[in-house]
Amino acid sequence: MLVGADEAISRANGGAIANIAIFDTSEGAIVVDTGPSRRYGVELEALARQLTGKPVVRALLTHFHPDHVFGCQAFSAKVLAAPKGVVDGLKQSGEDFATAMYYLAGDWMRGTEVVLPEIIINSGHEDIGERRLRYLVLDGHTDSDLAVFDERSGILVAGDLAFLDRAPTTPHADLPAWNRSIAELSQLSISRLVPGHGPAETTPRALVQTGQWLKTLEERIMDSFERGLAMTEAMDEPLPAWTEKIALARYEYERSVMHLYPKLEADGWPRVDVSN
Amino acid sequence: MHSWILSTLAVAGAIFGAATMQVRAEGQADPLQSPMWEDMRKQFFGGRSYVFDSRVKVRVPKVVENQAQVPVTVDARGLKGVEKVIVFADLNPVQHTLTLTPLEAAPFISFRLKVEQATPIRAAVLTQDGVWHVGGQFLDAAGGGCSSPAMARNKPDWSLTVGNARGRAWRQADGMSRFRLSIKHPMDTGLTQDNIPAFYIEQVMVRSHSGKVLAKLEMREPVSEDPTITMLVRLPLSDRAVQVDSRDIDGNHFSSKIATSWKESRLRTDEGAE
Ligand SMILES: [Zn+2]
Repeated sequence: MLVGADEAISRANGGAIANIAIFDTSEGAIVVDTGPSRRYGVELEALARQLTGKPVVRALLTHFHPDHVFGCQAFSAKVLAAPKGVVDGLKQSGEDFATAMYYLAGDWMRGTEVVLPEIIINSGHEDIGERRLRYLVLDGHTDSDLAVFDERSGILVAGDLAFLDRAPTTPHADLPAWNRSIAELSQLSISRLVPGHGPAETTPRALVQTGQWLKTLEERIMDSFERGLAMTEAMDEPLPAWTEKIALARYEYERSVMHLYPKLEADGWPRVDVSN
Repeated sequence: MHSWILSTLAVAGAIFGAATMQVRAEGQADPLQSPMWEDMRKQFFGGRSYVFDSRVKVRVPKVVENQAQVPVTVDARGLKGVEKVIVFADLNPVQHTLTLTPLEAAPFISFRLKVEQATPIRAAVLTQDGVWHVGGQFLDAAGGGCSSPAMARNKPDWSLTVGNARGRAWRQADGMSRFRLSIKHPMDTGLTQDNIPAFYIEQVMVRSHSGKVLAKLEMREPVSEDPTITMLVRLPLSDRAVQVDSRDIDGNHFSSKIATSWKESRLRTDEGAE
């Protein structure tokens, strides 16, 4: 597993903030997510080859966020695989993301373009070499989130459905759907959990913590909204003490207020216009 | 255009690092070191005296998620005798964003604005003694908010919903009434490349239900589509509703009536308790 920095995307980290997993199989290497840029992807491909002594036979994309997918150029479209919803997301937003990533991460992004995966993943099993992978096509962090469970070893690569000690991001989130996905993943017999961001551990702590964070968001943001606080006032509300140990907690909380408030205002207020 | 990542586009530093500070003999240096400060000072205060004052609080997010909808709160409740509050953004194509005349209201307003690039967001508060008190924050963001047409243009039925309003009001424990209101309106700036003419709400009058004028608000092009405002007004005890009448530059009138719940809005007492 390659560990991403617990930071926001910047010129210093080149966007390398997400975790990447590499599996060795008798048929070849499998990578889960490809990093933020062509440059990262090229290095990842070389590393996977070096570690396993075999070419990469499968590069899985967990969801369409740029810090996870933009290394895809280093791989052929024939080995790239993702759920249909992820491919659709890349078709729609890939170019805008690429432009934005140039601004955020700068020269690291040189030559980066979107390559659309040719293999469409559905929920179910696939045997690659001696490994039996279970694909769980879920949603909640985005419209389409893939989690990959290696059944024999018990390793779960959760993508951004799980964060650990780094606050979850919500720009495309549906919180109830995300909670359902966490509940489903929690049923698995996990020996090691690789979250999208944060350390891998032998416990399902990342799933529990992500669930707690979503609950905190829902409660605090709803409470602020009900009390009539404006967005920036809601951003200044206290967070529970346990979140002090979470990287970027206040930063992501502010972002989440901006993501979630408009829908509350559209759905939660009565019509007050009167005709003249 | 996808908004979430355009968010953090960082331009800032370069522009401001190079700026030469112009310090007027009788004035103070701009704490935000904006190259536009002299222009802003002339445009908004003319020859009148001003002072940078930390009691004029401007709150902006650390990161911009959507450049067409940047939430801003201006709070000058620390000052007495406020006659007028102006909000402006030095580096927007139209700098003047709104003017609040808080007759029977707190010098407080929350709303959302469009930004073109990273810019100081400022509030200037005129007190009875004729002095402008200036506060501000630097907003780190870039590109597009003012030059991309409002999203509503993609929705075919926008003209049917224009003027529709949603909102709520709360009686606060401190005797003020807080209301939040959102009015459907494209708020077109007239500055986009597709020749859509300017079309925005320019006048907002806030009255008590019995007709007393509580506050006047003048809005300009940079206020975001579907203006969403939060204000604090002194509503007479016998009054059970806030009346908001607005007019756009085409002369359309929109009225809203927001009933105050008698329940006081709950004030948080457990700050940091968990
Ligand atoms: Zn993500």
